[in-house]
Amino acid sequence: MMRLVAAVFGALVASAAVAAGPSVPLDRAPLNLNDKLSLQRGAQIFVNHCLNCHSATLMRYSRLTDLGLREAQIRENLLFTTDKVGDPMRSALTAKDGKAWFGVLPPDLSLTARSRGPDWLYTYMRSFYRDPASKTGWNNTAFPNVSMPHVLWEYQGDAVLKAAGKPGGAGQLVIDRPGRLSPAEYDRYVADLVNYLAFMGEPARTKRVQIGILVIFFLAVFFVIVLFLKKEFWKDVR
Amino acid sequence: MSAIVLDQVNERKRRFLILATAAAGGAAVGATAVPFVASWFPSAKALAAGAPVEVDISKIEAGQQITVEWRGKPVWVLRRTPEMLAQLDKNAALLADPDSKSAKQPAYVKGVGRSIKPEIFVAVGICTHLGCSPTLKKEVGAASDMGGDWPGGYYCPCHNSRFDLAARVFKGAPAPTNLEVPPHRYMNDAVVLVGEDAKGA
Amino acid sequence: MAVLNKPPVTTAGPLNGILTWVDQRFPLMALYKSQVAEYYAPKNLNFWYFFGALSLVVLVIQIVSGIFLTMNYKPSASEAFASVEYIMRDVPGGWLIRYIHSTGASAFFVVVYLHMCRGIMYGSYRKPRELTWIFGVLIYLCLMAEAFFGYLLPWGQMSYWGAQVIINLFATIPIIGEDLSVWIRGDYNVSDATLNRFFALHVIALPLALLGLVVAHLMALHETGSNNPDGVEIHADLDPKTGTPRDGIPFHPYYTVKDLVGLAVFLILFSAVVFFAPEMGGYFLEYNNFVPADPLTTPAHIAPVWYFTPFYAMLRAIPSFFNMQVWGVIVMGAAVVILFALPWLDRGRAKSIRYRGPIYKSFFAAFIVSFLILGYLGVEPTNVWGEFGKAVPIVGGDYVATWVARVLTAVYFAFFFLMPWYTSIDKEKPVPSRVTS
Repeated sequence: MMRLVAAVFGALVASAAVAAGPSVPLDRAPLNLNDKLSLQRGAQIFVNHCLNCHSATLMRYSRLTDLGLREAQIRENLLFTTDKVGDPMRSALTAKDGKAWFGVLPPDLSLTARSRGPDWLYTYMRSFYRDPASKTGWNNTAFPNVSMPHVLWEYQGDAVLKAAGKPGGAGQLVIDRPGRLSPAEYDRYVADLVNYLAFMGEPARTKRVQIGILVIFFLAVFFVIVLFLKKEFWKDVR
Repeated sequence: MSAIVLDQVNERKRRFLILATAAAGGAAVGATAVPFVASWFPSAKALAAGAPVEVDISKIEAGQQITVEWRGKPVWVLRRTPEMLAQLDKNAALLADPDSKSAKQPAYVKGVGRSIKPEIFVAVGICTHLGCSPTLKKEVGAASDMGGDWPGGYYCPCHNSRFDLAARVFKGAPAPTNLEVPPHRYMNDAVVLVGEDAKGA
Repeated sequence: MAVLNKPPVTTAGPLNGILTWVDQRFPLMALYKSQVAEYYAPKNLNFWYFFGALSLVVLVIQIVSGIFLTMNYKPSASEAFASVEYIMRDVPGGWLIRYIHSTGASAFFVVVYLHMCRGIMYGSYRKPRELTWIFGVLIYLCLMAEAFFGYLLPWGQMSYWGAQVIINLFATIPIIGEDLSVWIRGDYNVSDATLNRFFALHVIALPLALLGLVVAHLMALHETGSNNPDGVEIHADLDPKTGTPRDGIPFHPYYTVKDLVGLAVFLILFSAVVFFAPEMGGYFLEYNNFVPADPLTTPAHIAPVWYFTPFYAMLRAIPSFFNMQVWGVIVMGAAVVILFALPWLDRGRAKSIRYRGPIYKSFFAAFIVSFLILGYLGVEPTNVWGEFGKAVPIVGGDYVATWVARVLTAVYFAFFFLMPWYTSIDKEKPVPSRVTS
């Protein structure tokens, strides 16, 4: 009987490992949600480069205090699109302009790290390449024919597709003209951004894990107490 | 023969284990209640909406008052003239609580003027009686339509409560206490932040 | 006054006065005695018997967390998605309440499936517990409806398209189907009106029905007494001195303390999911449901939540005949409804699997395995195991998974339809007269 239960749980966990995802091979994003400095750098990159077109309407600027920033620092360095630190991160780009410029409205990024996954974001932001055939002059191996231009090209430089054929992740690309950052530095730069996007997807996550450890510890103690209680009473049962 | 045989009962051990279980269970229920109770406190959205309000006072002329909204309540900012300030000292006999002993106000708001800087007066414009908002009747005497001996102040149309220009309530008015002065501080000479205490206060 | 002639309650120390006062006006002690302190349960109940009590615990968890979610949730198409994230981000403690509720939904099905599996294994549906079983199946039906309605509320892509697909199943019913699906939605597609009525059903109608059925389920159970892993009726063997079952022990304190152990283990597993894996790899909270509902774009791969997938796999496996698609829906519905007939399909003398013969055991094992594999197939796209070669007779060119699902569906139904036959010819072991320990 025990084996049957194990089989049920086993099937659950095993099938969880093959959750549906995009077919492109993804690079693992080096996330560390406890690295406050990385998250602060990521927030800065997000505000400077992403927020021009993408909103994050579910995220308040004031929540950046979770990253160890004071409200005055947020106001001075990160608050461009509003003057209230309690406001959500709203892009200045209107829906109409977005449609006109890109053909689609740039999606809200509040939850992208949860829907697409950080690995996809990390791969995507490192997979842009020059493509004269596209409207923006850019294409992406992780997201073929994407409407978004390569916003960070000054940092990464110009990449070109090494071998024509099936698109397949960042590995196929070579940097044609170097940008301001070396390839390793650019990977770190994108990692910081993705780290921040993961934080923004679920700001309570760090706290959740902290509380969880306490709860499990407490329940383990509770389990021991009730186990002794049960054993004591069941001495009566013959 | 019954399935229960009570020949190995250790009463003390059982009582201890029951107590331990009850204590741990009680603690668990208490801890579980925390997020549920906490969820009734103001959300980040409500806190953002109730955040301190910056008020530019440089454009307020002497004798003029502006009203700003803070936490959904009207807050008055009045720039008092020297005459108005002089009148405040003479009002004591008319007032229920001239020294504002029972009024709700921050500790750094002192004296008859009830303000940080004498001329700039900040108060929550909600009558302490039943919550109407009094109107400003700043002219002295008959010009305010409040009778010839009116020293200048606020008047609540709902139940005729009267206050002077430091929002101190007159004797005999239904309002029980002087109007509330909200926490506020000067960010610089031109800007008052309503809703946040002065630094070090 | 006659009522005041009841004897005073003398067991509660300082509370005697209050208890006596209440007891003279309400059958408090009588209920406590008959349902708890002097409710005799078999002494040989094993861990499988935790899941009934645990279902009750999860029901309470869901009701409490659900009540608090409604305090901030907005059942409107324009606000629903953002209000869920508002709970997750802006409401103090809101993320925890929401994760408790989302994890609780899946936990409910985990414990209920194990509870049902126990009932089938030990023959708990057999005479005289047929009504307990029927109330239980009704609870299961209500729970599926409750889960389906609740799943729309976050108004994400999976919520929206999941509801769209399930409601369209009704459209396959001949003649009235099209009108019926429009009536369910209150619109030509899943919309604000649908969300609003699903919200009402999820938070009021079905919880009320569930509570009533749970009370009925427990009353029926306590009328007949609990079954046990041996399938022996303990009330058939009473101690002549006390008049209580010789193999029975009072529910309180013995099973209350035992259930506490089960509760502690359950809470550890439950909390581990809530705090460390609330998405459970995309199975408890699906990734696509973090994208707001978009009526113009269907996600690439949609599957129902894991607890519906065995039935969904059957639905997909059934081809259309005579230009009608309704057969799959009929099969899917029959797979659940057949559970009602179980007490009358079983002709065995032994109730418990312990004393059944090899044929029953084989059918039972095949049934469980087919249910699990169907559950897996329902999650995956139909091409998960590729196609048969074109040259293969009959199945050539078809998806392998589709044919596997068809065979497994047949196995699932064979367990029920062939039961009158194989339970009556099986070589059973002798059933003991007393429970074994």
